[in-house]
Amino acid sequence: MAASDNGTLLAVENLVVEYPVGNKTVYAVSDVSLHVDRGETLGLVGESGCGKSTLGRAVLQLRRPTAGTVTFDGIDLTKLEGEALRRMRRRLQLIFQDPIASLNPRRRIGDIVAEPLVITGVTDRDERDLRVRAVLTAVGLDPDLTMSRLPHEFSGGQCQRICIARALILEPELVICDEPVSALDVSIRAQILNLLEDMKRRYGLTLLFIAHDLAVVKAVSDRIAVMYLGRLCEIGPTEQIFTHPAHPYTALLLDAIPVPDPSVKPAANVPIGEPPSPIAPPSGCRFRTRCPRADQRCADQVPALREISPGQLAACHHPLGVAN
Amino acid sequence: MTNPPLLSVEGVSVELPTPRGQLLAVDKVDLEVAAGRTLGVVGESGCGKTMLSRAILQLLPKKAALSGRIMFDGQDMVQLSPEALRRLRGPSLAVVFQNPMTSLNPVLTIGTQLIETLQAHMGMAAPAAAKRGIELLAAVGIPAPEQRLRQYPHQLSGGMRQRVAIAIALSCEPKLLIADEPTTALDVTVQAQILDLLAREQQRRHMAMILITHDLGVVAGRTDEVAVMYAGRVVERAPTTTLFSHMRMPYTAALLAAIPKLDSPPHTALPAIAGRPPDPTRPLRGCSFAPRCSRADDRCQAAKPPLDTADHIGGQYACWHPLQPAAVARA
Repeated sequence: MAASDNGTLLAVENLVVEYPVGNKTVYAVSDVSLHVDRGETLGLVGESGCGKSTLGRAVLQLRRPTAGTVTFDGIDLTKLEGEALRRMRRRLQLIFQDPIASLNPRRRIGDIVAEPLVITGVTDRDERDLRVRAVLTAVGLDPDLTMSRLPHEFSGGQCQRICIARALILEPELVICDEPVSALDVSIRAQILNLLEDMKRRYGLTLLFIAHDLAVVKAVSDRIAVMYLGRLCEIGPTEQIFTHPAHPYTALLLDAIPVPDPSVKPAANVPIGEPPSPIAPPSGCRFRTRCPRADQRCADQVPALREISPGQLAACHHPLGVAN
Repeated sequence: MTNPPLLSVEGVSVELPTPRGQLLAVDKVDLEVAAGRTLGVVGESGCGKTMLSRAILQLLPKKAALSGRIMFDGQDMVQLSPEALRRLRGPSLAVVFQNPMTSLNPVLTIGTQLIETLQAHMGMAAPAAAKRGIELLAAVGIPAPEQRLRQYPHQLSGGMRQRVAIAIALSCEPKLLIADEPTTALDVTVQAQILDLLAREQQRRHMAMILITHDLGVVAGRTDEVAVMYAGRVVERAPTTTLFSHMRMPYTAALLAAIPKLDSPPHTALPAIAGRPPDPTRPLRGCSFAPRCSRADDRCQAAKPPLDTADHIGGQYACWHPLQPAAVARA
C-alpha cells in the first residue's frame, strides 16, 4: 500500500487492440486505461478471451496496439521501434503460464538463464556465470545442480523458478506475469506465489499480475482491475473490490469461486450463459447479456468508468451498493 | 449411508512399466460409492486419481498391471469379458473427461455423436434418438438444441462442449458417473454452472458420482464423502463435513492451507508445502509424505502408516502423528 506514492511507472491510455480473423475483426481490447505505480502489484483478472493477455502483450509491444498509448517511465512505447524498443524491453520482462513450454528443451539451464545477458552484450563469461548463479540461488535453486541440466529434468514448479530467474537476470523494473501459477499444483502454486512476493521485495519490482483466479490475484495484488470482453469493468484497491464490488460482473466472479469450506453453500444463482464472442460484442455494456441488472440504457450507452469510492472505479450504469 | 455400495474398489493397485522401472500409480486403494451419493477424490498431479478412475472403467493402458477387485453392481469388473464391459459402459458406467475438445470427435457433428450413443447402447431408432438427443441437450442447458445437433465441436465454446460431453454421458441413464476434472479446463463462472448441472442431474437420477479434482474448494460444497490421495494411496477419507472440521492427515491440512483464502488480506504469505511428491518409480519405505511433513520422525521414515479407522466420527487416515481435531485451526 505504501507503494502508491512513488509515482506512475506504467500508464496505459485508451488502448485499443483489434486484429483481423478472416474477414472479421476481433475486438480484443477496447479503450482500456489503467496505470501501475512503481513498486505496486496490479492484478488483472477476467475469463478466457477477455483480452487480459492481449493487454499484457500490447504493453510490451509484442502486439502493436491499434490505438492508444503505453507510457513506461515517461516514454511512449508505441512510438519506439527497432533498437530503441529493444533497449527498453530490458526494463520490462514477461513470465508465461506454461513454464515447460517456455524453456527450449535442448538447451542447458545455465545457457537459458544467461541468454538475456548475451543478447544485451554482457561478453564476460565469468560475469555472466556469476550473475546466473546469483539469480538461480535467489529463486531457490542450487546452481551447481541446475546449470548443466536440461529442462525435462525439472518439475513444472522448478521450471517456473527457472523462468522467473531468466526474467529477473536483467534486473527489470516491470514484470508482467501472465497466469504464472495456473499450470501448477496447489502445493507448488503457493511456493511460486511466495517466491514472486519475495522477488518483488528483493529486486524492487513492479508487477502486472494477470490471472483468472481471483483468490490467487488477491494474495499478491495492491489493486485489482477486472476485464470483461475487452473492456475494463472495474478497478480499485484489492480489499474494496472484494468487500464491496460495484460491477455486477465482479460480484459474479466472486460468487463463482469454489470455497474450500462445506458450510459455505455454492452460489445458487450463477447466471447461465458464457461470454459472447469478441468478434461480435454486444452494444452498450458488453456484460449486459448476462447481467441481472441490465435494462435498455445498458444496450444503448457504453457505461463510462466512474468513481464509486475513493480509488474504486466501475463502468456500470447500475453499480451495486449505489443508489441510482 | 444405508444403501449397499454400487461400486466397491477393494485393494486395487496399478503398476505401469516405464523406462525408469515399475511405476506404482495406485497403491492398494479401497473405496465405496452408493447410489445417490457423490464421492470426491482429491489430489495433485501424479497422485494416481486418474489411473484409479481408469482402473474402475477398465480403460487402463495395455501394459498396466492391475490387482485387487472392482465390484460394480454385483460383478467383478476385472473378470468381465471385453463384450460384457462394452455392454456395461454407457448404460451403467459413464465418464466425463477434463478436456471436452479431445473427448469429442472433431469430425462428427454433436448430433451424430449423441444419437450414435443412443442407438448403440439403448437400441433406439434414429428418429427417436434424435428427439431424445434434443431433450438431453436442453436438459444440460444448451440453447437452441435443434441447431446444435448439426454443429461440430469446434463451433462450440469450451463450456458448451463440456455440456455436450455430459449430455452424452447421461444419455444412457448410467448408474455411476465418473467426472474426471470436469471443470479444470473451464472458466470460473462456467465451472460453477457445470458443477451445478452435475449435482442437479446426480440428484434427479439418484446416480452415484465420483468427482475427481485437484481443488478442495470444488469438493467442499458438492460431495458427500472425500478421499484424499497422495503418491498413489488414499491418505485420508471421511464424510465431507467431517473432513473439513476434523482434518487429521497433515497433508490434507497443508493442501487446504496452501489455497489462497479470499478473506485473508493481500500479501499474506501462503503456508506452502516445501518440496514435491516422491518419484513414483522409487517408492519410499515409510510414509510418502514424510519428506515434506513437519511432524515426520524416524517412525514415519521406517514404516508406512496404514489407512486406519480413526475414531467415532467415521473418518480414516494414514498417519502416525495425526493432527488433533481441536488443534486444527479453522482456515
